[in-house]
Amino acid sequence: MGGTHSQNINLKLKVWRQKSAKDQGAFVEYDAPNVSTDASFLEMLDQVNEKLVQAGQEPIVFDHDCREGICGSCGFMINGNAHGPQKHTTVCQLHMRQFKDGETLVLEPWRAKAFPVIKDLMVDREAFDRVIKSGGYISVDTGNAQDANNIPVPKPDADEAFASATCIGCGACVASCKNASAMLFVGAKVSHLALLPQGQVERAERVHRMVTQMDAEGFGACTTTGACSAACPKGISLSNIARMNRELLVGTLTKKEAAEGDGI
Amino acid sequence: MAILDGKVPGGTIEQIWDDHKFHMKLVNPANKRKHKVIVVGTGLAGASAAASLGELGYNVSAFCVHESPRRAHSVAAQGGINSAKNYKNDGDSVYRLFYDTVKGGDFRAREANVYRLAQVSTQIIDHCVAQGVPLAREYGGLLSNRSFGGAQVSRTFYARGQTGQQLLIGAYQAMMRQVDKGQVKLFNRREMLDLVVVNGQARGIVVRNLATGAIESHEADAVILATGGYSNVFFLSTNAMACAVTGAWRAYKRGAYFANPCFTQIHPTCIPVSGELQSKLTLMSESLRNDGRVWVPKTKGDKRPANQIPDSERDYYLERVYPSFGNLAPRDVASRQAKYRVDEGLGVGPTGKAVYLDFRDAIQRLGKKAVQEKYGNLFEMYEKITGENPYETPMRMYPAPHYTMGGLWVDYNLMSNIPGLFVAGEANFSDHGANRLGASALMQGLADGYFVVPYTISNYIASTKIEKVATTHDAFKEAENNVRAQITQLMGIKGNRSVDSFHKQLGHIMWEYCGMARNEKGLTAALTEIPKLRDEFWQNVRIPGDANYVNTELEKANRVADFLEQGELMCLDALERKESCGGHFRDEYQTPDGEAMRDDANFCHVAAWEWGGTANKKPTRHTEELKFENVKLATRSYK
Ligand SMILES: Cc1cc2nc3c(=O)[nH]c(=O)nc-3n(C[C@H](O)[C@H](O)[C@H](O)COP(=O)(O)OP(=O)(O)OC[C@H]3O[C@@H](n4cnc5c(N)ncnc54)[C@H](O)[C@@H]3O)c2cc1C
Ligand code: FES
Repeated sequence: MGGTHSQNINLKLKVWRQKSAKDQGAFVEYDAPNVSTDASFLEMLDQVNEKLVQAGQEPIVFDHDCREGICGSCGFMINGNAHGPQKHTTVCQLHMRQFKDGETLVLEPWRAKAFPVIKDLMVDREAFDRVIKSGGYISVDTGNAQDANNIPVPKPDADEAFASATCIGCGACVASCKNASAMLFVGAKVSHLALLPQGQVERAERVHRMVTQMDAEGFGACTTTGACSAACPKGISLSNIARMNRELLVGTLTKKEAAEGDGI
Repeated sequence: MAILDGKVPGGTIEQIWDDHKFHMKLVNPANKRKHKVIVVGTGLAGASAAASLGELGYNVSAFCVHESPRRAHSVAAQGGINSAKNYKNDGDSVYRLFYDTVKGGDFRAREANVYRLAQVSTQIIDHCVAQGVPLAREYGGLLSNRSFGGAQVSRTFYARGQTGQQLLIGAYQAMMRQVDKGQVKLFNRREMLDLVVVNGQARGIVVRNLATGAIESHEADAVILATGGYSNVFFLSTNAMACAVTGAWRAYKRGAYFANPCFTQIHPTCIPVSGELQSKLTLMSESLRNDGRVWVPKTKGDKRPANQIPDSERDYYLERVYPSFGNLAPRDVASRQAKYRVDEGLGVGPTGKAVYLDFRDAIQRLGKKAVQEKYGNLFEMYEKITGENPYETPMRMYPAPHYTMGGLWVDYNLMSNIPGLFVAGEANFSDHGANRLGASALMQGLADGYFVVPYTISNYIASTKIEKVATTHDAFKEAENNVRAQITQLMGIKGNRSVDSFHKQLGHIMWEYCGMARNEKGLTAALTEIPKLRDEFWQNVRIPGDANYVNTELEKANRVADFLEQGELMCLDALERKESCGGHFRDEYQTPDGEAMRDDANFCHVAAWEWGGTANKKPTRHTEELKFENVKLATRSYK
């Protein structure tokens, strides 16, 4: 890779170790010597883990899979930043050339009531799936669709829907929010579907159900500090939250009108 | 050795699927809820199958190793999905997509399956758009297309560089809708470690709960495996870390045949390997070859920076060797040509194991903004990994293991030789022959899951006597004990080497002897080295911690144990297939200009292997003859 500029650095790690959800957990210090600046952050941890395993100790556990910044499995705090210091970058895409020789790095799991720790840096984000389950879809059975080009979608709408849909569900937004709010995540899904003609029919119902589930999961309130969007590896914009609030308002009004209408 | 029957119904190729759909038996709506189907894997193939079966009214249990189904490896697919929509009016048709796929697969796929794939490809796009998948559009609001390798038409639909993510989220949401309705039960963080066969029928699975360590049994009327491919046998590949052969392999060890294991795809454009600590390789989508030009310097050892090498001293070798397909030659061909250049000493970059993929001309022609619009996220990813800016210096690329055409053998109904065991997506062998064309895996996964398996599984359930079985049945107990015994054995070894160290060593053997080029000598060597390594693994692997909670080393050990057996089968298959075809290139069988030389007289068949009972007993090689009645067997030419 960037072979020509690569060098080796030495780091100190302070890593949150927690055996299970019930365990207290504590920071443990490790040396990470001789780390190539071409390595990714997770490869650096692989290197530390290889040594731990050799010594018969349990490796540091973290979720990860694609290592390409797209599956949303990885994610923890590095020195207080979700996914570390580089903007628009998941921890698996973060490379060691972002760090200096001799630095100490503090690694902690996402902290949020709705994301309980499973082990070490691995947390349980199933709350996100339950929010999607609660209406985060368009109801169309296989085999019902008309020709895809029958409904043109203005390119700006399609592009904006796509931008919202690129959320990877990593949870950095929740972890970076002092209230552990999930508004950016939920707003992104609401926007994605509300922007498309196919998503219109269930629009009001969808936002209502998703928000109800979000609250039930114990995510906090949004005070629009923007910390979520700043930490988002995909740069999901705050406008998604604004849109969701509008959708919610309109949705509630339509519901009310419908209910009043029923009464006549 | 037996001759297998693919059970392709009769009729003309255009009519087979429609006629078959009509003749298949149906399960009446009220009865569907009495039947349970297990779907293992929730990537494109599994999630689409689970959603569709749930919609039909079946009780579905869906399993995945991930925390969330949305994280399946399908999410990483970048470039696009093919469909014979012919929106471009450039001469595409179902028949042409069929033709290109059969030819691209170097005549080692089953014609009828491929035709069906091309047929349903158009429904896939309709369905995904209806689900709200935000595919790329033109300014007029209609869908946009681009070109992929091995085709001269523009039939690839895409969502910037995140096509897999968008399609997967579509399928995931459709499945979550069924979870919401109670039709699908989701079991996440579960790894299937055994298949349960009762009275010769697949009736359930045994899984390890990766979050708690518990071993669980689940029963059903039928089981669908959609567990993905096995490129990680090479250790370094473009696949996600958890991709493994385990699901398929455990079924193989219960009697399912494994077809064409040696058919693996080495993708031409991946970021080159940098060091020993590297954990995976990153693909740069084939779509880049729409506008990027591949070249190496004409002179050996030319160390000048790329932009100081004038055009007259560059060899745009794909354009030179394949004037009609140029940079869009199919993957196997493009990879091999890159290897030839590197072997000739013309490779670039610090390791000399790379070629250039250059956007200079595209930027001049279209402007930087247009290039950014098309490929922005890929360029960013490249820069994050390499620290180099591809708008200024050409990308350095080298081939890497990417996709596996081989997989569990299935008949036309996507059922394996074990009744009730269906296999969908990359886990089966059926549609891509010896080489897959770009943008065809997403198409196949969704075809299998949305449009094929829901029909064929109904037919199976309607026409088969399936007795009641509970997880208290002896077969479940036996499978659970089998799984527990292996885990206990692994934990008890307490040796000196990490799982990864074995995996890396296996990867080296596979890449060296069963990679881009293979020969008898190398394969024979691999066939002695792999069993030796496997023996050492079972004596010297070290897994800290215990098995009763999250244990990521144990997870890896289970997978690597299977790769250590499957790698051997790949080499054996490669050795016995004494011809070159598609991605399987045997040095001994090539044309004077280095192209693959098929042997249709002796190898126009699928090789389907039957487990020998233990790892040290030779498996049996069965065959299924392939007949080409529509696309005439011919030497592939992309010149
Ligand atoms: C980087 C990259 C880019 C690609 N780009 C393209 C592209 O542009 N176009 C294209 O057509 N194809 C592309 N492909 C190929 C394509 O993405 C895959 O072939 C396809 O997505 C596979 O889908 P699948 O559903 O069969 O399997 P996967 O998506 O791999 O899903 C497998 C599922 O099985 C589960 N699983 C696995 N083992 C077990 C087990 N033992 N127990 C329980 N669950 C299990 C996993 O959790 C997962 O849910 C690309 C591949 C890669 C690697
Ligand atoms: S591992 Fe997939 S996003 Fe980081």
